[in-house]
Amino acid sequence: MLTRKTILATAALSLVAGSAFAGGHMSNEMTIVSWGGAYSNSQLKAYHEPYSAITGVTILNDESSGTATAKLRAMNEANNITWDVVDVEAGPAMALCDEGLAMVIDPDTMLARAPNDVSAADDFGDTLVSECFIPQIVYSTTFGYRTDLVGSTPPTSVCDVFDTEAYPGKRSLFSYPINNMEWALLCDGVAKADIYDVLETSDGQDQAFAKLDTIKDHVIWVDAGSTTPQLLADGEVIMGATYNGRLFSLIEEKKQPVAMLWDGQVMDLDGWIIPAGLSPERQARALDYIMFATDTTRLADQSKYIPYGPARKSSAPLVGKHAELGIDMAPHMPTSPANLERAFLMNYSFWADYRDDFDAKFQAWLAK
Amino acid sequence: MSVNPATAPLLSADGMPLKKSLGRALRRQKIRALMLIAPLLLFVFVAFIMPIVSMLFRSVENDIVADTLPQTVLELQSWDAELGELPPEVVYAALASDIKIAAKARKHTKVGLRLNYEQSGVASLFKKTARKAKKWDGDADAPFKEKLIEVHKSWGEIEIWQTLKVHSSNYTSGYFLNAIDMRKTVSGPEFQPEEKQVLILLFKRTLVMSLIIMGTCILLGYPVAWLLANLPARQANLLMILVLLPFWTSLLVRTSAWKVMLQQQGVINDLLVQLGLVADSARLVMINNETGTIVAMTHILLPFMILPMYSVMQTIPPTYLRAAKSLGATNWTAFWRVYFPQTVPGIGAGSILVFILAIGYYITPEIVGGSKGVFISNRIAYSILKSLNWGLGAALASILLVAVLVLYWTYDKIVGIDNVKLGG
Repeated sequence: MLTRKTILATAALSLVAGSAFAGGHMSNEMTIVSWGGAYSNSQLKAYHEPYSAITGVTILNDESSGTATAKLRAMNEANNITWDVVDVEAGPAMALCDEGLAMVIDPDTMLARAPNDVSAADDFGDTLVSECFIPQIVYSTTFGYRTDLVGSTPPTSVCDVFDTEAYPGKRSLFSYPINNMEWALLCDGVAKADIYDVLETSDGQDQAFAKLDTIKDHVIWVDAGSTTPQLLADGEVIMGATYNGRLFSLIEEKKQPVAMLWDGQVMDLDGWIIPAGLSPERQARALDYIMFATDTTRLADQSKYIPYGPARKSSAPLVGKHAELGIDMAPHMPTSPANLERAFLMNYSFWADYRDDFDAKFQAWLAK
Repeated sequence: MSVNPATAPLLSADGMPLKKSLGRALRRQKIRALMLIAPLLLFVFVAFIMPIVSMLFRSVENDIVADTLPQTVLELQSWDAELGELPPEVVYAALASDIKIAAKARKHTKVGLRLNYEQSGVASLFKKTARKAKKWDGDADAPFKEKLIEVHKSWGEIEIWQTLKVHSSNYTSGYFLNAIDMRKTVSGPEFQPEEKQVLILLFKRTLVMSLIIMGTCILLGYPVAWLLANLPARQANLLMILVLLPFWTSLLVRTSAWKVMLQQQGVINDLLVQLGLVADSARLVMINNETGTIVAMTHILLPFMILPMYSVMQTIPPTYLRAAKSLGATNWTAFWRVYFPQTVPGIGAGSILVFILAIGYYITPEIVGGSKGVFISNRIAYSILKSLNWGLGAALASILLVAVLVLYWTYDKIVGIDNVKLGG
């Protein structure tokens, strides 16, 4: 008898647990996925808190953006999507869109118009790189260098990274081909406009690897954006590539003897997608959130907390001072006129085609 | 009627034959036992076995091409890929129609991504073609050969058609071939170009480094286990806490601590420079390479070696050693001939634990391994998480699983698995 009771109890319990999971989304809750750390904090302050105050919706933060594409695919296959809005970079967003895992957004009806009544499509302009992706910020991958370890003439060009005679010491680079291949060709005399054409040819790839060979032994290869700031702070490297916001925090908040080398910065976008296949009710709420969080004011607000440029043109004039440090944020944006001049625009469709191929070659090259 | 007590079956109290009654009672007991473990069995099956099998199954599954481009795949069957000629117009027409249908269902990009793993550029080729093909109207736009080549010159090259044909079957060996640095071509399996060969190297590195880590764990763990088993209880308990303490500390914390210790501006290098053993300009490189991975992983896996060794050593009576010595053995002979053979089951258990854990390790090599100290598991993670090539990830994982099983089997043949003890 005891056995039967136990089984019944177990069955009942699992039923209750099951329904609790299924009904996990109470009508007034939504799960937003982002990167965590200072970035999630900037979203909390600029978007989540004001949105919750107006609508009463409780926002749960899930710090899974780093693995979002794989998890979204798994959720989609399991037919149980627990996320409402997901923050991803432009490249993965395009892949999610191609896989049918993100819903298509119509900028005219689903996004707010600019205050001067310019349509959202025109206001976002070139940053609308995929039909599923609503960009928030422009960030860049660029170099920071230790001002006390580079001698009397600090580096001014991205090609100084390849000059191990003038700047002896270790450098840190990301251990994947994106950005590194472009910098190598750029510093081997290829014009900015021709880089992706050259990279498509096998001679061009050899040329890029040959250039990287010249500094291979001077490089610490890293995987995460947080590693280079740490290496710079420890004096393990004299210069290293990472996201501009990480360098800002190292320089302005942690007061380390580090300076930015904006030259050759590669700009990329980060923004929202809404998973495909949400129930109509959840989809409507996600769209409502997106409409609110990507309007001109909110995007400008985020730049008070983190130095990433708002993706809307109309937000640029509203960029003010840092909320805590009180410094003017505009010059720290990758999109500020002085920095923009030296920028490099990533070619998304090129990398969508060649990423896996190059990655295999890059890993083989690294392992040699 | 009288019953002969000698031949009549024995009856239980309720008049049933005793044998039957006993059998029923036993069966009931078995069912009850089974029911007791049923939740666990069910849980293991649903939460462990099924996901693994379904994940591994992806390494051969390939129905997306035939599902999305059914007419093209059918027409391609009668085309000889090895002749070096472009397929006939009917194939182009079938493709135009397939892509048009797929584009409406937004499925063309998915098949583009799938084939892009095999030939770079197919992803954007499919996107570009679909944008144009959406506007085409059946036969009115024929012939499609010129049209498609106009959309993208790749359609006029034989390579794309060969890729399509080779990867059109519902089940494929392609992912497994990719996992061992080969690829499927029209004329059979071929090695990848040399500049793309890396996975076999990583498999070898994973095996060799796991063996080294296992070896260093034995060397470092054996004396500690011996002390644990032979010190007086008070000191042994203290030592035990020291062994277990790192075990209870977060893996990430321990790995990061090694970074602080080993890096070029780190504690060990600073000490060596101050002592004058190493010049300031020639600080040792001990992290972001194989050394870093071996040091950090040996430290992390050490308890898994010490604990089984300790529990075996504890059961060895100290009188054996004394007896050996009293019979004239030297310290070394007594240890090597009498003590050591009795500890082999502990070493075996520890080695299997450490080796199998090491071979699938991911986080530590990722953090301290740099480019030369990463394992095959880091590539599996890349395939699953970043490039979304789950087929390749599953194939790599299957090979790793089979390798572990083969090694386990070899161990059983050479040492014997009965000879492994976790204690007692």
